[in-house]
Amino acid sequence: MTFETFVPHPNAGSSGCSKEDRVEPTNDQDPSYYHRVVDCQWACPAHTNVPGYIRLIAQGRFTDAYMLNRESNVFPGILGRTCDRPCEPACRRGRVDGNPVAICRLKRVTADLKDDITDRLPTAPAQKNGKRIACVGAGPSSLTVANDLVPLGYEVVMFEQFATAGGLMRTNIPEFRLPDEVLNSETQAILDMGVDIRYNTPITSLRSLLEENFDAVFVGVGAPRGKGLEIPGRHDETGPESHIHIGIDWLESVSFGHVTSIGERVLIIGVGNTAMDCCRTSLRLGGTDIRVMARRPREYFKASAWELEDAEEEGVAIVVNHAPRRFVIEDGRLVGMEFDVVEWDEGARHSTVLDTVTIPCDDVILAIGQENAFPWIERDLGLTFGEWDMPVVDETTFESTLPGVFFGGDAAWGPKNIIWAVAHGHQAAISIHQFCHGQSLTERPAEGMNLLSQKMGMSEWSYYNDYNPSPRQQMRHIELTERFRSLNLEVELGFTAEQTAREAQRCLNCDVETAFQASLCIECDACVDICPVQCLTITHNGDEADLRGRLSAPSVNLDQPLYVSAPLPQTGRVMVKDENVCVHCGLCAERCPTAAWDMAEFTLQIPYASSPGVLRIPVPTKPTSDVRS
Amino acid sequence: MPSITKPLIPLAPLPKNDLGLTIRDYEGAMSTLCAGCGHDSITAAIVHAFWELSTPPHTIAKLSGIGCSSKTPTYFVRGAHGFNSAHGRMAAIATGAYAANRELTYIGISGDGDSLSIGLGHLAHAIRRNVKMVYVIENNGVYGLTKGQLSASADIGSRPKKGDPNIIAPIDPILLGLSLGATFLARSFSGDKEQLIPILKAAVAHNGLALIDVISPCVTFNDHEGSTKSYRFMREHEVKEVVTDFVPLRREIQATIPTDGTRVVPMHDGSIVRFRSVPADYDPRNRESVESYIRDHQTRGEIVTGLLYVNELAQTPHEMGHTPPTGLNRIPLSELCPGAAALDALQEDFR
Repeated sequence: MTFETFVPHPNAGSSGCSKEDRVEPTNDQDPSYYHRVVDCQWACPAHTNVPGYIRLIAQGRFTDAYMLNRESNVFPGILGRTCDRPCEPACRRGRVDGNPVAICRLKRVTADLKDDITDRLPTAPAQKNGKRIACVGAGPSSLTVANDLVPLGYEVVMFEQFATAGGLMRTNIPEFRLPDEVLNSETQAILDMGVDIRYNTPITSLRSLLEENFDAVFVGVGAPRGKGLEIPGRHDETGPESHIHIGIDWLESVSFGHVTSIGERVLIIGVGNTAMDCCRTSLRLGGTDIRVMARRPREYFKASAWELEDAEEEGVAIVVNHAPRRFVIEDGRLVGMEFDVVEWDEGARHSTVLDTVTIPCDDVILAIGQENAFPWIERDLGLTFGEWDMPVVDETTFESTLPGVFFGGDAAWGPKNIIWAVAHGHQAAISIHQFCHGQSLTERPAEGMNLLSQKMGMSEWSYYNDYNPSPRQQMRHIELTERFRSLNLEVELGFTAEQTAREAQRCLNCDVETAFQASLCIECDACVDICPVQCLTITHNGDEADLRGRLSAPSVNLDQPLYVSAPLPQTGRVMVKDENVCVHCGLCAERCPTAAWDMAEFTLQIPYASSPGVLRIPVPTKPTSDVRS
Repeated sequence: MPSITKPLIPLAPLPKNDLGLTIRDYEGAMSTLCAGCGHDSITAAIVHAFWELSTPPHTIAKLSGIGCSSKTPTYFVRGAHGFNSAHGRMAAIATGAYAANRELTYIGISGDGDSLSIGLGHLAHAIRRNVKMVYVIENNGVYGLTKGQLSASADIGSRPKKGDPNIIAPIDPILLGLSLGATFLARSFSGDKEQLIPILKAAVAHNGLALIDVISPCVTFNDHEGSTKSYRFMREHEVKEVVTDFVPLRREIQATIPTDGTRVVPMHDGSIVRFRSVPADYDPRNRESVESYIRDHQTRGEIVTGLLYVNELAQTPHEMGHTPPTGLNRIPLSELCPGAAALDALQEDFR
């Protein structure tokens, strides 16, 4: 054979097919591509850097892990106990072995084991910027706004109707789920930055608040009104005290010590998380026969699965397919409730009544939802109300139609969860900051990213990349015999050191991304051969459906994107990665002879009010006359 | 790299073969070869081939000699029998093992040094005897384990990483095989599993010695510009005119195989090899036509790959020797070695 000089391959540099039937190379310079691979962070409304803090936990750096959490979600201790956990159903580990990483519980670990963080919290500058902001309500969204704005020199005046801060986190979440000291320490941390908190000061008129000439007003009053149930008998009680309670009002009364007991037989109407809190609280106030009455079958319940489990473990009966008909009142006293026993068609859209039953009871708690109420906002201020008598709020800027008045949390678009309120608070703070400096609110600061190679040397990586087959760790609970002794005995005990270590290792480090550089690839197949989940394929380009049909492992999850490289230098084929079940083990990078694959830690740079670039025109720090031309 | 293991991830939809085994059951230990070594891709192809054939791991015997290539049997089918022999002696050991137990599936992995230099004599005789085995030469043109000296398969003009281009004519294992009467000759490329896997499957089905010369770039010592065994050179000079499919016996019943424009070679066990696209004057069963075809392309600087020659009519040593169908190792010693009296009687015949 004779040796010939190098002639470029006819296919090199092109995929060899027309534009229509091929996938364009993935733009991995757009932060949202790698962000989406970090499923938990993508699903979290506040985009908490979950794998980042789990790695810190694994290193025993609990305080650092707490502070990383706090950056985005502000209340790690509270959320570590009460979050609705949108991250966990999204977790990649769930797609691998069926059980997501116990992210929420690990968050609690950071709060439980942190050292004193006082000197690491943001502080207010001595020199204020002269802007005054009013926050209505002292719930999670208002506190987040204050957390972001006070360190920038704003004077934040917070109006709270009660004598304590926390909003629904305090009044609606029972102490056996969220101890007061956790709530107090995290709310106080923000107030201590220098928030001018005015307790026992309900705002009764937006007009008079506006007359106080604040530079901006943030409304974070939640959704404070529990829904009623207008069926026969509802208003027929004649005794001094009604035994038909509105769930969130009743929880509030319990929280403030106004209610300390309940009858033995209690019916809870509704199947959301408030219903779960009501039934479990009833058990601690003297209830012995507690039933949660549901109209529809179990799979349509709104309550989180784990809260339902906890309630059932404590002996609460869940009764499905019972639709309330009327309250049974005898001699002006509630004695029971009548229900239709129903059967549902498939999809539970239509029901047929099979029977009618009466269930005797001493008290009924209505936990069928809550709604917004703005009786204190005058309707002639230029603040438009739309459908359902809700204020019209811009989904990006959180501004109402009245310039300078912002909404967030449940007050903006109805009941959601604490983590949403926090996310709203961060965005509203950016808007308020821009508004107070006369800048457009619609030009938002862009998310950025940082990719940092984890390669330390031959077979050495700066993250622990062994797959740990441990099952999800189970939360330890206080003994059932002990649990009901007091209303404020926290039921969940937190993870032990060993559980923490094991659960932290279950995290797949999705933020340590497989970063590919097509120009370096020699198509040796080493990565394709070594991948333990066969998520890599080198093939000729085609349209997405076609590509998905030619992958090494069947493409079973169309919700997860494909990574498609630029054409490879030698054959013009492309490297395709199915993002669905990559376990980020790093073996592709380990086996790559040319370092075309690298494992690089992705950090999402989330803009906050304090980030550079939020104000496009920098605010002069000195009077303009001092600027020399 | 040896410190890192390939984790077993309990993914639900991992497909299973006829034995209920997943492809992970056909893997071996973690490779300690250089990252990007062509040998690892061949290992992966062997894993695929045995998994797809549903060969029970305990019926496979893997043999090797010395060299980078000879390390690789450790990296596939961990449940198989294995023998690491002396340098160049794999063919001899395989011949002996096959003589003793014809019931196993033998796969020998060798390299250009192990087979074309020190072991050339043993290879020649194994070919001559038509020992029923798969004989893979992982051919990279250099002695990788001793830092990249040119081997007996290096092409004239091929430039080593350091020093002058090669001036000594190479040994081509395929042309060697043709001259020695080999019955199954194929050439492939480690970077082309689509071609290599069906060839490996056909080789397992072949009744005799199936020699597969696989160009397998040495990523450390022979993947530079000027090398004729680099990934890039192979991709630019490979000619894949002979395209083959392997159709296992059981599939034949399910579907009719279109034979228009294709040449079908029935294998000994009833499966078939289908030549999907061959040049008009090419006959994979005609020694002369194959040889001239390969030589024509060689003069043009092209490397022909595919299943190039097959002869299913030749006999194995056991068939020639009329030995029983069971392995000799399973025959009781009293029968296998009937004693001095029987030997005397036999010798009496030759007087």
